[in-house]
This record gives sequence, C-alpha cells and structure tokens, in this order.
Amino acid sequence: MSTQLTNRALPVDRKPMTFVESLYLWNILKGMGVTLSHFFRKKVTYNFPEQKRPFSKVFRGLHVLNRDEEGRENCTACGLCAVACPAEAITMEAAERLPGEEHLYREEKYAAKYEINMLRCIFCGLCEEACPKDAIYLSETFAPANYGRKGFIYPKEELLIPHPINEKEAYDKAVGDRKIKNNKTN
Amino acid sequence: MAEEIKKEAPKLFKVTIDNKTIEVPPGTTILNAARMIGVEVAPPAMCYYSKLEESGGRCRSCLVEVAAGSTADPRPMPKLVASCRTTVMDGMVVNNYSSERVLDARKGVVEFLLVNHPLDCPICDQAGECYLQDFSYEHGKTAASRYEFKKRIFELEDIGPYIKLHMTRCILCYRCVLVADQLTEKRVHGVLKRGDHAEISTYISKAIDNDFSGNMIDVCPVGALTDRTFRFKNRVWFTKPVDAHRDCDKCCGKVTLWQRGEEVMRVTSRKDPWAEVQTIDGKPAWICNDCRFHKKKINDWVIEGPTVISRHSVIAQGHYEGMIKPKETLPEVMGGRDPKLLMDIRKVSGVNSVDISQLPGPATSETFKKKEQ
Repeated sequence: MSTQLTNRALPVDRKPMTFVESLYLWNILKGMGVTLSHFFRKKVTYNFPEQKRPFSKVFRGLHVLNRDEEGRENCTACGLCAVACPAEAITMEAAERLPGEEHLYREEKYAAKYEINMLRCIFCGLCEEACPKDAIYLSETFAPANYGRKGFIYPKEELLIPHPINEKEAYDKAVGDRKIKNNKTN
Repeated sequence: MAEEIKKEAPKLFKVTIDNKTIEVPPGTTILNAARMIGVEVAPPAMCYYSKLEESGGRCRSCLVEVAAGSTADPRPMPKLVASCRTTVMDGMVVNNYSSERVLDARKGVVEFLLVNHPLDCPICDQAGECYLQDFSYEHGKTAASRYEFKKRIFELEDIGPYIKLHMTRCILCYRCVLVADQLTEKRVHGVLKRGDHAEISTYISKAIDNDFSGNMIDVCPVGALTDRTFRFKNRVWFTKPVDAHRDCDKCCGKVTLWQRGEEVMRVTSRKDPWAEVQTIDGKPAWICNDCRFHKKKINDWVIEGPTVISRHSVIAQGHYEGMIKPKETLPEVMGGRDPKLLMDIRKVSGVNSVDISQLPGPATSETFKKKEQ
C-alpha cells in the first residue's frame, strides 16, 4: 500500500450488489429512521424576531467607544488597538484638547477621528484587549445589514456610546445586560 | 591619570565583560568597552551620551559589578560601579548581565526612575521609541510593584515655538542641558532648583531660538522634550522611517524622515544602535532646526531608502524594509484604465481629510471644524 497520512483509512468494498441490495429497501428505511428520529430531538433553530438567541458570555459584536461616568470620552488615540488589529480595520487621527473641552475628553489628547471598517473587521476582540484606557468594547449587537459598502465604515460618532447622564436610557441599553450580569457574578 | 598610562605603556588593556574579552585603549570606560563587544553585553544607559562631553553618571542604570579590578590588584570592587564613568584597567573582569547583583540593582534603578515618571505612554509622543519604556520593560520587575504615592506635577511648557516640555516625564538626565551647553552658542536653558524640585526650564520661559536647539528632542531619552510640529499627529509605529538628505548650509542635512504615505510627519537625526545620533564622516550628525521643523515636504528631500530598525522595536511592525511592491496588472489588462472599485476607501473615510503634517502644531477640534465648513 502506498504511504498514508493516518491509519484510519478503510478499504472500500467494491463487490457488485446482489438483487436485494440493488432495491435499496433497507437503506431507504435506515435513512427514514434517521429523519424520523430528528422529530423528537430538541430544536436547534429559533423563531428569530420573536424569540432571540441568547448570546454567549464572550460574544463579540459591534464596537462601542466608551465614556467615563461623567460622559467624557476615554479614548486617547494611542493607536494600540490599531496596531493590535490583525485585519487593519482601525484608523484614527488624534487631536489636542483645547481649554474648555475638559468635559468632552478625559485626557489632553483624544481621537478626533476614529474609524472602523466593519468590512475588514473580523471581530477578534484584540482591540479590546490592547486598550489601556478601557475605551473600546465589543458589544452584544451585530453590525446591521446595509445595501451599500459605504455604510460599513463606522465613524466615531456611530461608535461612541450614548452619554451616561444626558441620554441615560440609551446608555443603559447600549451597555446591555451583560455588564450587569458579569458584575453580579464577580 | 589616563595620560600618564598612555605615556608609560601605550599598550592595549585587556578587559573581560560577561566572559567576553576585548582589548581597548587605556582611558576607555567600561560602558564603551562593552559597546565595542556588542549589544549583548552593553549595559543600558539613560543619561550617558557618547557625543556629549561630561554626560553620564546620573541615572545609575549602567551599574556593573567589577569582579577583579586589574591584573596588578585583582581584588573586586566592593560596590557596583557606574560603567559610563569608570575607566577600564588591564585585566579587569566585569560582570554585567551575568551578575545577579547587577540585575537586582537595576530593578531598583527602574523603580527610582519611575518614581516621578507618569505612566502616560498612551498620550506620549515618545512611546514606541522611548528609552525608559524599553529599559523598564527589559530590566524592571516583572511583577508590577509601582510607587503609589503622588508624583511631581508641573504645568506643560512651550520651550520656544517648536519644543514642548512635559516636565512630569523628565528623569533629569541632563542630556538636553549638555546639548544646549555644547552645541548651541548661548545656553538658554538649564536645570533650576534642587533635588526633588529640580526642573528643566528656560529662565522665565524664554524662547529658545538657537539653530540647533531641536537636537534636545533627539537626545531626550523620554517624552519630556517633544517636537511640537509632530505633537499628537501620529504614533511613531505607524510612520515609516526613511533615510534622506538635502543640501543644508547649517548642518550635514542627513536625516531620518518619518512618513505616512507621502507625507513627512516628522524629521529627526539618524540614530545608531545605542539610540544616539549617528556619527557621519567622523562627526555627530546633529541637524539644524530648519531641516527638522520647516522641511515637511517630500520634495525638500532626496530619499535614500528605508531606515534599518531593530526587529525588536514596535516600529518594525510595518515591515516596510525590503518591501517589493507587487506589479499592478489590472490596468495593463484593461488598456490603461484603473479597475472600478466597489468602494474607494479614500473617498468614504473621514480620516486623512486634513493635511496634518503641514500644521505648525497639534491638530485640535478647530482644525477639523474648519475643514467641515
């Protein structure tokens, strides 16, 4: 026998079929048996819009840019997420905070432009791990479908989490129940 | 003393560092002898700068153990010595990385240097090429046991129109003061006050208008002195360093350009493996302010090729060296036309809308507002 990669290869039976075998009766019954047995199994599908599939604890969805409890942006445009990104989906431009903008940005430098190309993003979560400022998180939402490619280039305005004081309801929704759950288990 | 020895015995001294032996001329310091052997035995140096006279002896990061003083007197030196200030003797045996005592002392030195250093690397422009970052990463404690008390706080200061001083980040290595002393005709900045209160400053924020003052940025091992024309414009590791030159009547004109695409984001002098300015034609290749701050157009320079960056550096992440651009075959096939893209990212993206390299200072919200109007 020629060289083989594993010892699990089985020789194929190439004997000609008998008359009874060529009727396929037994084989059809066997197949129907498999089909029937599935009627009594637990369903793997969901009635999607009415019924939602629970996310895994570590589900990685659309990104959000975080704010602190006073509503200031956490991101300082340090570029660690962009350098960690294996798909090179993240680009940014930094700017200096002017006097009077202290309520908007937490530190003297901030991301004036921050863009994630969701067509490139593979949702690996390395940006989240690289972030030293607790600024980027992958949320529990999907990137919604879109008719054009243009809609998948997410600018900072779309990524930013709503303001925790001015838009409390939207903020709580964006945080999702995962954070609350995780806090409980901790 | 070194002179006397030279007269009596113009021979070479044999010195062994980490079991590697080299013969060096009398008067050489241990640090320089180690550098002659190679990177693997050279002690780190935060304040010593071979191109500046009287530098060294301040940071204590180059401490080594002398196991045998010389052939004539082979007793070991009782304490660790600063290798940048100690000259070699014939038959000296030095332990650097092979000595537990040295490694332990260096962990202490890292902690001392970080006592007042804010860990604001995410907003610091020096991050990625910061010598203190490398030093604490390579020689610091593995378990984080950082100083928890209040650090020194200073206001940000503009030293002249081109240099930003973050005194909080300063480790008082005095390199910039020595540059001001030795490179520029008139010293306009120095160290004020003493001890814990010591700070680098120009007296009453006097602007520095010397032609070579920009070299302070290059000698600064941390992010205390940074280029205002590059401030917050890009992270170092996203820019592509290329060697370039131009005819300059003030300096050698041989520099490293840090590019983003075709834009020149920053101009610095060329660095050698010790993070010091390179010696070109027997002279340190300091560059003038004109080359550094005013020549931010690609047409100003003659490009020589990509700068060689150690692959251990984060700057090497771009893999731009030895890059071969693949041939564009589509226009050829399509009779000279470019292929129609489903989406041209340059038209959709909001980034790169402003020519950020041409701004005299950091971008602010104003910069982007103007663009939108």
